Amino acid sequence: MTGQKRRSDTIMVPVPSYAIVPERDLGSQPVLEASHLGIEFGGLKAVEDFNMIIGRTEIAGLIGPNGAGKTTVFNLLTKVYEPTTGTVLINGKDTHGMNIVQASRLGIARTFQNIRLFGNMSVEDNVAIGLHNQIRYNMVEGILRLPRYWGAERRLHREALELLSIFDMQKLADVRAGSLPYGAQRRLEIVRALATNPSLLLLDEPAAGMNPHETEELMDNIIKIRDQFQIAIMLIEHDMNLVMGICEGICVLNYGRIIAKGTAEEIQNNPVVVEAYLGKRKEEAR
Amino acid sequence: MTKAKRKRLIYNIVTFAVVIGAYIIMQTMIANGSITRALKGQLIPICCWIVMAVSLNLVIGISGELSLGHAGFMSVGAFTGAVVSGYLLHALGMENEGLRLFISVTAGGITAGIAGVIIGVPVLRLRGDYLAIVTLAFGEIIRNIVNVTYIGVNGSDLIFSFLNKNAPEGTRMLVDGASGAVKVGKISTFTAGFILVMITLVVVLNLVNSRSGRAIKAIRDNRIAAESMGVPVTKYKMMAFVTAAVLAGMAGAIYGLNSSTVVPGQFTFNQSINVLVFVVLGGLGNVLGSVISATLLTVLPEVLRAFADYRMLVYAVVLILVMIFTNNPAIRALTDRMLAPVKRLFTGGKEEAA
Repeated sequence: MTGQKRRSDTIMVPVPSYAIVPERDLGSQPVLEASHLGIEFGGLKAVEDFNMIIGRTEIAGLIGPNGAGKTTVFNLLTKVYEPTTGTVLINGKDTHGMNIVQASRLGIARTFQNIRLFGNMSVEDNVAIGLHNQIRYNMVEGILRLPRYWGAERRLHREALELLSIFDMQKLADVRAGSLPYGAQRRLEIVRALATNPSLLLLDEPAAGMNPHETEELMDNIIKIRDQFQIAIMLIEHDMNLVMGICEGICVLNYGRIIAKGTAEEIQNNPVVVEAYLGKRKEEAR
Repeated sequence: MTKAKRKRLIYNIVTFAVVIGAYIIMQTMIANGSITRALKGQLIPICCWIVMAVSLNLVIGISGELSLGHAGFMSVGAFTGAVVSGYLLHALGMENEGLRLFISVTAGGITAGIAGVIIGVPVLRLRGDYLAIVTLAFGEIIRNIVNVTYIGVNGSDLIFSFLNKNAPEGTRMLVDGASGAVKVGKISTFTAGFILVMITLVVVLNLVNSRSGRAIKAIRDNRIAAESMGVPVTKYKMMAFVTAAVLAGMAGAIYGLNSSTVVPGQFTFNQSINVLVFVVLGGLGNVLGSVISATLLTVLPEVLRAFADYRMLVYAVVLILVMIFTNNPAIRALTDRMLAPVKRLFTGGKEEAA
């Protein structure tokens, strides 16, 4: 199966502020609107004038050379850092002054480049933390084991297994998350993030450390997740096969600035991108 | 039932069985008089130290914060208990010891809990080791405050003063500055201590295996990840810290009401470190371990009384040996291998997944 087939011929249309979204998402409010986003670390402008709009069911890619500021953008969107300039709207709501927890409740979930699982807890418990705000009961009900505890725990168990089944991981439910193989840990992070019922899922290098076969599977799964949950997915990835294969709108970052935006074809044929990211062409370099 | 759940259930059952079993054995020994006086006197303190160790384990092992002032909460509970019990007896004339003990212990828990909230609100918002520093200071502050606190009862009035006694004639002092709470009256019973241990175990074990407990453990394992899953960090750290403070306060009340005098000097930094030793030796996050180590290490100094001068030396050597043995991978592997048949028995013949 080729990457081209996967992208299913999405037509991308321009919207204000030089962004593009898939045609099918035009009627609905964008999941994410970031405008003039920027952050400085002691005078160093790590990200500058970052503008992006993500459609409701778009799969967007954020690429760029090492140190371009991609993860910093994720940290800005999820409020790990408070931006120095600009605004982030999630589902139309301004996130100014919010903390990570509040941003998460607006419907943004993420995975981490350096895996951050709850290593001493079981796989199922990791997913249960994702479901923390979905299925609730309070401390007293938990300590006294009131009826709500039993009902909620049964639901938690059922839903956790259901979510794990996306990646066929139900059998691993009892395993300690820290002792899972690398690829499975990455998949578990995605499941855990999905459990928070997000409308925008940020994946930070989901294919890192995966072999080509696993990456192929991951690509299918990302599309499956989008179709099944009808959510937007934004991913940072160095695997060009994956990015060009499934991302509908791609944004290229270099030295904290966006240098190009567009569809996979446009990015691949953009000389600025080719020069900054993929290196100069041989004949030009000569 | 999943394997993990069954394992957890077995662990909980074993924990409760050990405690209940020990209680029954002790009661039988008391009934037929085969218990030594020294051990009998130790029973209530053992219960208190178990509660202290298990509750500190909730803070250190489960929520991953270092608290060095757990004895401070015990102190708050002990003096609250002494005052409440004295007031009930002298001002309200309540003779029923059981009821008085119950009210005093509850009050001790509440005041210690309030102290926990006061410390936790500013400190638990910070990252890093601030809690250790602040709780360390808290323990000392409480000791010094009690040193200059005078509380007495005159008729049905509660008289309260700082720095000097300043009490009218005929006042019965409940807390007399540095001399502490005098003539408290021994109303604690072994059964009350046992009930408190059971309450502590139910609270801690059920909390750990609930939604809140998972959140607490998640924050310990990875704070940023827990936050981005929408888990409010401060709330759950507070939950663990205040719960532990309440339990420590209740243990303090029982401890204080077990002797005729309680002095503030009993609850020093050394005591906090002692409880920390129970927790570390029993294993971080291991409740049953805390119960056993608190018991053994409370009894051990008494057993070693015969060695008089060498007591602390032997105590230290025993501590070091236990730490070496429990952390040695070769010895661990050996004990695991020896315990394997027993474990297989419980897990229904299925091998444990590593």
